[in-house]
Amino acid sequence: MMKEQIKSAVATQCFHCGDELPARPFPADDKKFCCSGCRSVYQILSKHQLSSYYAYNDVPGVSQKKSRQHFDYLDEPTVATELADYADERLTVITLFIPAVHCSSCIWLLEHLHQFNPAILQSRIDFLKKQVSITFNNQQLSLRKVAELLTSIGYEPLISLQDVVKKQQSDHSERNLITKIAVAGFCFGNVMLLSFPDYFGLSAFEQNFRNFFGWINLAFAIPVLLYSGRDYFISAWTNLKNGVVNLDFPLALGIAVMFIRSVAEIVTQSGAGFIDTLCSLVFFLLIGKWMQQRTYHYLSFERDFRSYFPVAVTCIDQGREFPLPLNELKTGDRILIRSNEIIPADAILLKGEAKLDFSFVTGEAMAVDKVLGEVIYAGGRQLKGAIELEVLKPVSQSYLTKLWNNEAFASPKDPIKTFSGRASKYFSIVLLLVATLAAMFWLPTDLNKAVASFTAVLIIACPCALALSSPFTLAAVLSIFDRNKFYLKSTAVIEELARIDTIVFDKTGTITNPAAKGFELFGELSVGKQQLVSDLARNSGHPLSRELVKALALHPRFPVNHYREQVGRGISGLVNGQKIRLGSAAFIGLPELSKGSAVHIVIDGTYYGYFLSAQQWRPGFKQIALKLGQWADLHLISGDQDHDRNQLIPFFASVKQLHFKQSPQQKLEYIQALQHKRSKVMMLGDGLNDAGALRQSNVGVAVTDDINNFSPGCDAILDGASFQKLPQFIRQSRDAVKVIHMSFVISVLYNIVGLFFAVQGLLSPLIAAILMPLSTVTIILFTSLAARYFARKNQLL
Amino acid sequence: MNMIFLLIGFSIVLALVFLLAFFWASRTGQNDDLYTPGVRILFDDELMQEHQPEEEIHRKDDEDHKSC
Repeated sequence: MMKEQIKSAVATQCFHCGDELPARPFPADDKKFCCSGCRSVYQILSKHQLSSYYAYNDVPGVSQKKSRQHFDYLDEPTVATELADYADERLTVITLFIPAVHCSSCIWLLEHLHQFNPAILQSRIDFLKKQVSITFNNQQLSLRKVAELLTSIGYEPLISLQDVVKKQQSDHSERNLITKIAVAGFCFGNVMLLSFPDYFGLSAFEQNFRNFFGWINLAFAIPVLLYSGRDYFISAWTNLKNGVVNLDFPLALGIAVMFIRSVAEIVTQSGAGFIDTLCSLVFFLLIGKWMQQRTYHYLSFERDFRSYFPVAVTCIDQGREFPLPLNELKTGDRILIRSNEIIPADAILLKGEAKLDFSFVTGEAMAVDKVLGEVIYAGGRQLKGAIELEVLKPVSQSYLTKLWNNEAFASPKDPIKTFSGRASKYFSIVLLLVATLAAMFWLPTDLNKAVASFTAVLIIACPCALALSSPFTLAAVLSIFDRNKFYLKSTAVIEELARIDTIVFDKTGTITNPAAKGFELFGELSVGKQQLVSDLARNSGHPLSRELVKALALHPRFPVNHYREQVGRGISGLVNGQKIRLGSAAFIGLPELSKGSAVHIVIDGTYYGYFLSAQQWRPGFKQIALKLGQWADLHLISGDQDHDRNQLIPFFASVKQLHFKQSPQQKLEYIQALQHKRSKVMMLGDGLNDAGALRQSNVGVAVTDDINNFSPGCDAILDGASFQKLPQFIRQSRDAVKVIHMSFVISVLYNIVGLFFAVQGLLSPLIAAILMPLSTVTIILFTSLAARYFARKNQLL
Repeated sequence: MNMIFLLIGFSIVLALVFLLAFFWASRTGQNDDLYTPGVRILFDDELMQEHQPEEEIHRKDDEDHKSC
């Protein structure tokens, strides 16, 4: 009985991807599938005895309803060699990015590729980066075949022009930092061990141990100083040369003074030196640096149009079709664009029916029909069948890609001014002042004490705790944001986020929800009749039908007989004995409506009105606009027509802050104009047309519903599902800055205690050895706990 | 007490060996991906099943059908 129940519950789901089954599911063995794509993946896997794929997780697959791209261009030798990590006459190693990777079944399957084809020698997956590295015999298998194999089992690799242009970025800098931390940690541990006997007190006859320990300690200090701590000296020196005092200056000074004084004490056998303090300082500093540098390897914040466009395009020359790398495309070439492909360059339509989706490029929500001879701008996605075009301009000169020639992209974005950066200037000056004063005070009476107090001030006031307060607070906030699907490029963005006073929204895809289109019913339809409409529409693959089924949210109930579909026009069928027709005005035989895409309903010859697809705001947009409006200036800048103007007016302070029909260039200039009025601008956008504005703004946030999809270059990526948390994110950033200020006060308090001993020339190595780690641990604990406390208060945890 | 010099020497050499081992691990990329190996290790048992002769798997499938 139980078993039957479970079985019937599972039976409404596709065995492969877990989507709801259509009225007529696709069967194979005793399993049911939602589409032929899912079924064929299952059949391929079971043919190669890889069905264990389904044993590790329930419904491990990803829906196969999307159409697939062509990989002809991978046969082009230049493309293939540029993509490969390594290639000789026998073997090729290639790393591919596979967005569909999401569970342990994926890992298992992708590491068993050799069972499909023995020419694949090895495949290793990096789960977090969603990359698979494949070694294959290029005599028996081509790169194209590998890509097609991956696609056939539901793991289509994402290959874009940027992969070819930009060579694989290695993470050697991080490896180097970790090695430095290891060296510092190793020396720190050993030095601590050897310093302890001295702290506990050695009797007179053990003096030779003391010297021995001192010299070993000194030996340990050298790699810490010259290898692990090297970057601080280099950074302090280069900044000093440019007339800038940053936090590295007092740090480098402290490290240097500590080392020199330790050498002097150990050589003259007058004391134990500060080697353990030095090692612990460098060790903790490097850990702070590592915390700050940790980034998301699997997210790219530097994308431009090159990663949106394909690598190659199908070219037609004298009736022959061949793939051509995009950068070799020139004016006058004839290209073939198939359904769902992107038009890579400005071109004239020569043949075929063009219906183009420009929403990503211009912000226009509706698909546009183009007639023969019309100019089509690059970036549009063809929705109907194949078309042929003649290229007007090379890729880099297109209307859209010209945006990247703007000066905003030429120079790197100004570095964000951080609190620790500003504070360190004053800190360094005060530090030097106190040290000099202490030395002056003792100089007339006691030269030794003057030197001792001068060096002691520089050692004890070394801003270790200060240097750690920012990275630890910000790293904690970063991981809290990460958990809420808000991904920042670097920790410094948090501080900039806290200063924002102006917010500019894009419309299409940013504040509207591209996935959930709403339907408004004009006319009357009972729930029973809605059920019939839903059952009929479920059979169609047309986007409008699918959205209608989703919007009605009814379970399938009746089977459909005599189902007929006129592609792009309408569908009809017999449901529960009633004849139903759904479709455009022309299909039903009515005069065309002017606005939007309408689905008219006729049941048994009676007209029941129509569904009109309407833009839907992201959930919670109203509340966000009200909340943010209280302390920030809100603007809207859209590339779309202004038919939503009246709906949007209530959310914004003035009609003058709503702008429609803006070109990418105008968007960029608008941000610039706001910044000239000394506003700190946050831009939220999603498409390529926002790329300039995102770049120009102080904080550019790309809003996306699938973080693996293309998003333009930005400072942060916000998952659409977390859009309503935007006010909380900004509040949390402000709290984070507050935490940094508080921990600054704490570290200054510690410094004052240390200085109390230091100015009197009484600083013993023991006090330094206790005070330095104690203040560090306090700061680490305080910042992480405070960041979590505020996150809880802001309902982010 | 002179033994201490020797012992400290030994302990430092031993610690150096571990440090070098860490360098080697880091250089050969063993710390680059800290997630996937943890999942991969769970797959080994399943691999045995794949190498079973085909009929056996079919027989097992048939039995499964009967029990349903």
